[in-house]
Amino acid sequence: MTLSETVLIRTPEGIEFTLPLAGPLHRMIAFIIDFAVILSAGIALQSATSFLRLFSEDAFQAVAMVLYFATSVSYGALTEWLWRGQTIGKRLLNLRVVDAGGLRLQPAQVVVRNLMRFVDFLPGLYLVGGVSCFLSRRRQRLGDLAAGTLVIRTPAHRLPGVEQLLGNKFNSLGGQRHLAARLRQKVAPELAWLALDAVVRRDELQPESRLGLFHDFAGYFKDLVPYPAEVVDQIPDEQYVRNVVEVLFKRTSREGERY
Amino acid sequence: MILDLPRVVETERPYWTALEKTLVWLESDPHRKLTIHEAERFHALYERTADSLARISGFAAEGELQRYLAWLVSRAYAEIHESRRRERFRPWRWVLFDFPQAFRRHIRAFHLAVALTIAGSAFGGFAIRYDPDAKGVLMPFDSLQITPAERVARERESQGKQLTGRKDRFSAQLMTHNTQVSFTTLALGMTFGLGTVIILFYNGVMLGAVALDYILGGQTLFLLGWLIPHGVIEIPAVLIAGQAGLAIAYGLIGWGDRRPRADRMREISRDVVMLACGVAVMLVWAGLVEAFISQYHEPILPYSLKIGFGAVEALLLTLFLSRAGKTKSGAV
Repeated sequence: MTLSETVLIRTPEGIEFTLPLAGPLHRMIAFIIDFAVILSAGIALQSATSFLRLFSEDAFQAVAMVLYFATSVSYGALTEWLWRGQTIGKRLLNLRVVDAGGLRLQPAQVVVRNLMRFVDFLPGLYLVGGVSCFLSRRRQRLGDLAAGTLVIRTPAHRLPGVEQLLGNKFNSLGGQRHLAARLRQKVAPELAWLALDAVVRRDELQPESRLGLFHDFAGYFKDLVPYPAEVVDQIPDEQYVRNVVEVLFKRTSREGERY
Repeated sequence: MILDLPRVVETERPYWTALEKTLVWLESDPHRKLTIHEAERFHALYERTADSLARISGFAAEGELQRYLAWLVSRAYAEIHESRRRERFRPWRWVLFDFPQAFRRHIRAFHLAVALTIAGSAFGGFAIRYDPDAKGVLMPFDSLQITPAERVARERESQGKQLTGRKDRFSAQLMTHNTQVSFTTLALGMTFGLGTVIILFYNGVMLGAVALDYILGGQTLFLLGWLIPHGVIEIPAVLIAGQAGLAIAYGLIGWGDRRPRADRMREISRDVVMLACGVAVMLVWAGLVEAFISQYHEPILPYSLKIGFGAVEALLLTLFLSRAGKTKSGAV
């Protein structure tokens, strides 16, 4: 069995979309943050009810104990319900609980997945939940399996600022709009992001690795969409890859024309 | 297909933005209802954005845009295709009506929980009868390690003063501990019921061992006066938690039910929540009674009064679980 990075949902209209699954490490960090929040809330509640000490130390301790227990049990369910699948930890880590079928998260699902923490936590430190998360194909702990939920990543959606990365050099590929369109169509998204990553991190590479990497990239792109010789002659491999990345990611050339 | 992507983005962006705004508006209040006109416009925006997503799928370097559109489409899909009833936050309705209904819907699981506890009690009683040395293992509580006669003498002597100044804390400890045990019993249903079965049986063992120990020690009246006031609520609460755990196990295994496991679990999840709500309320009551009534014995509180109080509680609980929330048609 292999772990999935994403879950595919197909709508009745025939549209497919994928939701990126959250990894166990991200979920663990979110849990640690939430645990810290619960502890802080417990301390705050203790301070808020400390006036009860004036009447009875026993009553104060009992109220503090019950309030802390109620907070720790209900925190996950309440926040995920009010914030549509997010706790404070999940918000900070850009994670969200969603229905496994892509439908709206129901209150009962939220409560069930949080009730199941009692078994996911066993025998301590979320061992059962962690193991289940590693073994389950869709990275679900027992609570998620019972409630029919998934935890997904919801990173901010924006285009990368490639303008700053590519310098202000003339891009000879920009003039060939039909070839630029073919390039955008043929290059797989994963490869495009890999090339962008290589351009961003080019200064971190050893000189020999840098030459070899950009040589391979340039060779691949040239084979994929051949440009006229007069356009690509005399361009070093690294510059060629930077030009390709610019065509792939930017909507307009520096002169303001569309690629 | 060669697509003029910049033009598509330029043309469609206002629709994506409009859909995003609508989604934010809808998501800010889960109970918000759309008018026919709003629903039509929302659906049109969803279809248009889904179409954009389909058109740019596979385009190089548009991963970020695809993820953005997929995120919009997935949220809109969740709003449009959700057909389950929207539940309002009405905890008292859940406890007073939905909880007893859920209890009756899964009555066979409750009967099984009772049977397991009785089997455990029989085992515990048998063990204490034929191997009194097993007391330390069967009843791992300090107050139960002495003979029943010694305990009764001690309780009479202290006249309930052993809890002076810590009654509230004791009550809170009982509530939180019992709730923790009950919710663990419920959640262990995810072990295909095995964990739930073990806890129910083990609870029965302790109960049977304690009961027979006091009966054999000639302290039956003390036992009833001590256990009944809180036990008639606490023991059923643990049984109901076990019932919920067994219902989860049934959902996982699905004997004779050909529906996918996800559908079965989806169907029982609401009932599990209702049962958990009921269990929590029952345990709060049991915790209060145990701290403030059960720990006082004769001569402070006559046994007859305590047993009578417990009998009334048992009667009310039985009536509540069997009658509350019944519809006129008699269903559930």
